[in-house]
Amino acid sequence: MSTEQIAQIVDAKGLSCPMPIVKTAQAAKGLASGQLLEVLATDPGSTKDFTAWAKATGNELVEQTVEGGVYRFVLRKK
Amino acid sequence: MTAVAEHPTTPVAEAAPAPVPEHEHEQKPRDILIICYSGELEKTWATMILASTGAAMGAKVRIFLTFWGLQVFVKDQKRITGDNVMQKMMSFMQRPGISHRKLSKMNFFGMGPWMMRKLAKQYNVASPMELLAVAQEMGVELMPCQMTMDMFGLKREDMIDGLGEPVGAATVISLLQGGDAPLFI
Repeated sequence: MSTEQIAQIVDAKGLSCPMPIVKTAQAAKGLASGQLLEVLATDPGSTKDFTAWAKATGNELVEQTVEGGVYRFVLRKK
Repeated sequence: MTAVAEHPTTPVAEAAPAPVPEHEHEQKPRDILIICYSGELEKTWATMILASTGAAMGAKVRIFLTFWGLQVFVKDQKRITGDNVMQKMMSFMQRPGISHRKLSKMNFFGMGPWMMRKLAKQYNVASPMELLAVAQEMGVELMPCQMTMDMFGLKREDMIDGLGEPVGAATVISLLQGGDAPLFI
């Protein structure tokens, strides 16, 4: 995983629902298929929200970690 | 032949509906139709959150703007709208525009909405106006109700940019019959 290049990072720290998802969707639009998108969020609801978003849009949730209250998601563009 | 005889229930089992394969769920999501009927701050907020999220989830989202919900989409700087005295009085009593919404409860002459906006800012919650901009950018379609436009004497130039053609209830019903997921707010 770590060998792959992250194409874009979305910093959604401090933002409330629905902006982390909205910003992610907007960023994903600009990516090519297979590229990785990293999202940083502090909204505790985002764990479930990003799983739901990935399922609905067909993008893959590759990695999901939490450290010091910051949720990090790595998503692969469909 | 003997195998069939040993399983007499097989034809019945075959007649039962097959379980939906997992990949079927990943097909194009249903379109969403929000009927934006109310004009209160909290309901406008809900409409904008759900519309922008729906678009972010890859769904086609349409909002039908009707009755008090249409007042939200009058330009903020418009103070009085309408042609006749009664229409003008209506807009005077309840100022149109997305930034002038009141709460249905705890309005307290504007103190409630002021506190809501203050809290929203403190907790980094996007305002209805910011969410509207996002929704429009993401292709959410806004369909004003022709009948409401007429009744309140609203003209196209009174309304914000980016609204679609005015439509009627038949368009709404036809979208619902076509399978749109409905939300009446």
